[in-house]
Amino acid sequence: MTDASQSGAHHRGSLLTVDARTRKRNAAEARFRYYGMAAILTGVAFLVVLAVSIVRSGLPAFTTMAVEVEFTLTAEQYADAEGQLFKTRAYEGYFNAAFEQQLQDRNVQAGFDPEAVNRIIGNTGATLRSFFLENEDLLGQPVTFNLPTSSRIDGYFKGRLLRENVTDSRFLEVSDLDLADELAEAGIIQSKFNWTFITGKDSGVDNPGGAGIGASVIGSFFMMLVVLFLSLPIGVAASIYLEEFAPKNRITDLIEVNISNLAAVPSIVFGILGLAVFIQFAHLPQSAPLVGGLVLTLMTLPTIIISTRASLKSVPPSIRDAALGVGASKMQAVFHHVLPLAMPGILTGTIIGLAQALGETAPLLLIGMVGFVAREYPDGLISGFMDPNSAMPAQIYTWAARSDGAFYEKAWGGIIILLVFLLAMNIIAILLRRRFERRW
Amino acid sequence: MPVFWLVMIVLAIAIGGYILGRGRALAGAGGDSRHLHSLPNYYGSNVAIKAVAPAFLLMIVWLIAQPIFVSSQVAGDLPDGIVADGSSMSLVMAEVRRTAEGINAAVASGAMSPEMASSGRADISDFTTRLQDAGQIVTATITQPILNAAQSYRAMNATGNLLMTGLVLLLALGGTVWGLRESYPEFRARNVVEASVRALLIAAASIAILTTIGIVLSLIFNTIEFFRIYPASDFFGSMTWSPSFQGNSQLGIWPLLWGTLYISIIALLVAVPIGLFAAIYLSEYASKNVRAFAKPAIEVLAGIPTIVYGLFALLTVGPLLMGVFGNDGLGWMQSGTAVMTAGLVMGIMLIPFVSSLSDDIINAVPQAMRDGSYGLGATKSETIRQVVLPAALPGIVGAILLAASRAIGETMIVVLGAGAAARLSLNPFDAMTTVTAKIVSQLTGDSDFASPEALVAFALGMTLFIITLGLNVFALYIVRKYREQYE
Repeated sequence: MTDASQSGAHHRGSLLTVDARTRKRNAAEARFRYYGMAAILTGVAFLVVLAVSIVRSGLPAFTTMAVEVEFTLTAEQYADAEGQLFKTRAYEGYFNAAFEQQLQDRNVQAGFDPEAVNRIIGNTGATLRSFFLENEDLLGQPVTFNLPTSSRIDGYFKGRLLRENVTDSRFLEVSDLDLADELAEAGIIQSKFNWTFITGKDSGVDNPGGAGIGASVIGSFFMMLVVLFLSLPIGVAASIYLEEFAPKNRITDLIEVNISNLAAVPSIVFGILGLAVFIQFAHLPQSAPLVGGLVLTLMTLPTIIISTRASLKSVPPSIRDAALGVGASKMQAVFHHVLPLAMPGILTGTIIGLAQALGETAPLLLIGMVGFVAREYPDGLISGFMDPNSAMPAQIYTWAARSDGAFYEKAWGGIIILLVFLLAMNIIAILLRRRFERRW
Repeated sequence: MPVFWLVMIVLAIAIGGYILGRGRALAGAGGDSRHLHSLPNYYGSNVAIKAVAPAFLLMIVWLIAQPIFVSSQVAGDLPDGIVADGSSMSLVMAEVRRTAEGINAAVASGAMSPEMASSGRADISDFTTRLQDAGQIVTATITQPILNAAQSYRAMNATGNLLMTGLVLLLALGGTVWGLRESYPEFRARNVVEASVRALLIAAASIAILTTIGIVLSLIFNTIEFFRIYPASDFFGSMTWSPSFQGNSQLGIWPLLWGTLYISIIALLVAVPIGLFAAIYLSEYASKNVRAFAKPAIEVLAGIPTIVYGLFALLTVGPLLMGVFGNDGLGWMQSGTAVMTAGLVMGIMLIPFVSSLSDDIINAVPQAMRDGSYGLGATKSETIRQVVLPAALPGIVGAILLAASRAIGETMIVVLGAGAAARLSLNPFDAMTTVTAKIVSQLTGDSDFASPEALVAFALGMTLFIITLGLNVFALYIVRKYREQYE
């Protein structure tokens, strides 16, 4: 009765020739595939653009244009300068005289102008004085000084500042650029590795050249110590309970739902929690790495618990059964056998959690760990935890929020350092996993 | 640091108890551990736990309760007229506390004798100068009631600390004796120790609950405080956001919510198509090699700290957009920080969230469904569009909701990339601001926590918390419900 071949809609076509409809379907198929490829390529392209712009904008932060000058201060000049009222100015006078002589020796054509030199390398007197006060034995000997140029000259050589945009001011005159160009040609202004950026502290708003990330790296380090020593034991204990001992009941359910929800709470809410509980209520000191560490601990705990539970789960039950079979208590089976076997996975998860915490910014801003408090290195263990300090990402934020373009370069440079730390942590995690991962 | 030393002493007692308890149990068994119920170490641990646990519990409770008790006592003793207009009890108490701490530091540095510090008839001006000489920051004038309050605050704290030290040490010793009396061979030491360890594990697991409670309480209390000084109807009803620290602030939430929503929508418009197609390609088309390279590469995007994205928005994407849409180009954009800038960059950040979750979900669709579709002659893309995606839809919606909750809670990208102006506008090239950005700006200033301008941040945080929590719970519900269908 119902014969398909009799219906009018029967498709007459050959398998050997492609008809219009099939062509259309095949085209749609290809298109769909290309959309997918395009999506992947877009994602990867974003990654590449991000990496390129970080490296391109950040690398200049690691170099600085410095004036290399050989300078000899005789003992008489030293005694004379120390005897004067304006000591640093006296040093500067001797320096300028020596510098002018050197320029003439090297055939630098541009006229020597002490004011211009001052604008290019700043006040040299204080640097020289503090150097010779500490190294009196070097008096009378030629000493090579690397004096960093002012941030504007630095920006000029790095392409941040264009000649067309320079207007004469007390910070920089257009003619200074000619002198700077000639100095660079004569090899007196050279590009040097910027140690200040690695080891320095945050500087004032008007001194981008002296800003360094060192102090906030230390702040981050102390925070990570707090996070490590709190979140690892607490996270492991919580996971052991939930995975091995917890009875299936309402309270366990409540805890589990809580953990998965906490993992998705915006980080800034943890900042509010830290502000209200640790600072307002418990009166812990503001801007202290200890408080930052506590907040980040609460934030990373869910991550660590989730990964720890996964690695506990991956230990086969036969291990537990064998331990119980030879008379171990349940607690002994877990602590003596399951936990050591799960340890590589737990450590991997912890390192990844720490890396996440290291890059977190928003909660730190709320508890006062902004960049400009990173003015001093802590002078001990307790001071490291309790004294106001910043952290790498907060320091980067502070630099990014300043209007001076020279700080942007520092911010990008800071990001390179932050990413190097993150990369190192992730590589350690991957190596740990490769080395100790066990397939049952 | 007396608390530090107290902890050390208690720990020393515990170690001593451990050695004694272990030895006593062994001696009771005639030196042969086979006659003991548990291993010798368990007897030692039993003593140590009994020494430490009650003592530390008391110490923690005491350390939390004492400041509250002392503060309320001192506050009760203050004369009535002390709270001036425009001030509050908490400010006065803060001053009392500061003065007391100043006196402590002055006594410690030797600038003030202990007798003078607690003398009720001390001369105020002399007191102030001595405090200032000792390098303590004191308000210009310490008034008599404040000084008296600070002195009684100090006295009560001193008695409290002394009492606590005594009681804690007593408890530690008592616990040791109790544990030692139990160190006989038949005692089931292991069971006791394991029960304590179990209690510790439970305590660690409940920190998650405590954190949630802490978040909720800190938000609720401060929000209530805020609504007490700023009417809730204005907060939810006003269309302008213009805080000013001279007072008279307009703190309407709608411009902020609109900014948050607008930026999130743009971010999702970027992230969802790219993430979804990436997931489809990775799970259905990609060869093993492509997958091994592309999947981690995209997931790297999720591991990059948000401050990096923020800087990328501010310094790379913003100027780029300005070149096209700014005054030199189409003229739609006034400055580099705009909804579009933040939205685009946030979209990039969200791609891996959408793609890896969707990837998992698409992979969970049973192969039999695909095979059935192929058997009917469908092409691969037809199978994906008409069979796999509809089957995976609830999960994908869940993934998108999770990404949306991420977008709403994201802070650094909008702080740096979206601008600071709160406005209700439809132009995506305008600068706008979000709930999270305003929380940061209201709480990082030097304002005191009692002003509505600072407290509003807690109300904003509450709103944020409720929205993201709702989205998460809903998303997890959908994902879970979907999983039940196939497993």
